[in-house]
Amino acid sequence: MGLETFIQSFANALVLGSIYAMVAVGLALAFGVMQMANFAHGELFMAGAYVVYVLYSLAGLPFFIAVIAAFPIVALLGVLLERAIFRPTRGNVLAGFMATAGASFIFQVLVGQQWGVGLMRSVPVPYKGSAEILGAAVSWQRLAIIPATIIMVGGLWFFLKKIKAGKALRACAQDTEAAVLQGISINKMTMLAMFLSGGFAGVGGALMAPIIPVTPYMGHVYAITAFIVVIVGGMASIEGAVLAAFILGFIHTFVSTMYDSVTATMVGVLFMAIVLIVKPTGLLGNVKV
Amino acid sequence: MLKSSANSFVEFWLPVFIIVGFLCVAPQIVSAYRLELLTIFLINVILAQSYRLMTTTGDWTLCHYILMGVGAYATGILAKKFGVPFYAAMPLAAMITVGVSLLFAVPLSRTIGFAFFIASFALGEFVRHVWLKFHNPFGGARGVNGIPKLEIGQSGDWYFVDFWDSTNFYFFTLIFTVLVLVILYRIDRSRIGNAWKAIYADSELCESIGINVTRARVMVFCVAGFFAGIAGSLMAYLIGSIDPHNFEMVEMVYLIIWVVVGGVKTFWGPLIGVISMSLVFELSRPLEEWRPLLFGLILIVFLVYLPGGLETLIPRIKLFFVELFAKKEAS
Repeated sequence: MGLETFIQSFANALVLGSIYAMVAVGLALAFGVMQMANFAHGELFMAGAYVVYVLYSLAGLPFFIAVIAAFPIVALLGVLLERAIFRPTRGNVLAGFMATAGASFIFQVLVGQQWGVGLMRSVPVPYKGSAEILGAAVSWQRLAIIPATIIMVGGLWFFLKKIKAGKALRACAQDTEAAVLQGISINKMTMLAMFLSGGFAGVGGALMAPIIPVTPYMGHVYAITAFIVVIVGGMASIEGAVLAAFILGFIHTFVSTMYDSVTATMVGVLFMAIVLIVKPTGLLGNVKV
Repeated sequence: MLKSSANSFVEFWLPVFIIVGFLCVAPQIVSAYRLELLTIFLINVILAQSYRLMTTTGDWTLCHYILMGVGAYATGILAKKFGVPFYAAMPLAAMITVGVSLLFAVPLSRTIGFAFFIASFALGEFVRHVWLKFHNPFGGARGVNGIPKLEIGQSGDWYFVDFWDSTNFYFFTLIFTVLVLVILYRIDRSRIGNAWKAIYADSELCESIGINVTRARVMVFCVAGFFAGIAGSLMAYLIGSIDPHNFEMVEMVYLIIWVVVGGVKTFWGPLIGVISMSLVFELSRPLEEWRPLLFGLILIVFLVYLPGGLETLIPRIKLFFVELFAKKEAS
């Protein structure tokens, strides 16, 4: 592997890790508060991409606006999932998880019926051209994902550490009963967690829309990877999710470059199995689930 | 067991006789196409019932379909590449599935509940990618095609059975299904079956009275894998060609829908689930592209409003009326 290929792969790995982080952080956040495991997270990702498709490709709004709009729109879908599925099945992780599997079927069919299943929706690339880094070319469209992730995850960190509602969310994740005793409403916190979780998945999908084919089934792969990331990082641990996202991003990119993408997926899964054997709580987690 | 024998006759033997009796005369009354559907239905019964065995310890997996695929691939490769006859290929395939289950169980037994669920899925995907990647012997994305038919005797032998006739294969599957169900029923009622249920109720208490929980969980995984392997083997002989797309996540979700709709607490739950959902599946044929939406709705409705599945419906209705009468008497 030459230097150019290495730098190219390194940049791609950073981009991929950023997108994994964006998707997985939402998953870890929702799991931390009242153990909401969202199978339809990939479909929220897909919904974000379709928001960009509709607002940017069809309606002609600026790409930037479309990405920002994806946050509240998909976040409301997340709140819908919370009200319809997670609240009635609270206390039973598997029931919520399987019921959201049903929800993912519903999202796929609805989107497929509205905008078509077979045809690939192509979203034109808004930021054309590519950056030259030591002889390797990386497109601006991909590079833009890195600052977006830094802003989003940094914003989340600020929200959780400094803002009162964020502190309440962390309190709820640490000890639900104690949080209730302090007057924190669990129902509000689960809604807030799913709002943020959906928003992150939506923005992730929106940023990837010009890069990957937009289909009703596009979220599946990302959801699987996000779940692997969350398990490796430690369920409910946001720092763990970010760390594991970049590890997985590097594994996938470098193994794909050297061998092929099927091998990359296999290595990623094997890595997860090894982490589970050596440290069942995940890299940075402390709760065995 | 304090039940009178007459009661157990009505509740147990009568439905069994009616169902098996219908299945025995079915080839005479249904069309060839329906007969193939019935054969697939019987294989699904084996699959759902083995999955129910798995869930008795409280470990729901997402790789049961993959285990079935392991059985199917093993059968396909043994029968096609090595010319192994079915009476050797089927047990061998089931044992290979047990071996794979054992490998799965090593990391999985270190996790419980949700992490078990997700990790089993990831390991299943790993196996599916192995099938995709290695063209020799798994055939890559095309899979294994042209698996030879079952053979019992040569043409002319007095015990010769012609498996080009789908009726014969149907009866072959029926015999296997009944056999597997009897074995699974016995396992469910046995001492070890009770130990597995006890693990679900309280695993720490089980450890304190000397049940090796980890070993029991590995064991149930392997036993369930064995029967999934049998189901896969039958599937390989029925379809004649298998590829990795037969064993995708969607199929697993359908398996979960059967089990969730039926319920897992009693032995009959998965049977009710497979029967009712197969009917819904066939009836919704005109609405093909809306079918996932329908099944998604069914899954959500059952998990949210009827957790426990159809098997709990009759006790629930009874309870409802009992409470209704109690209220009336009180007022």
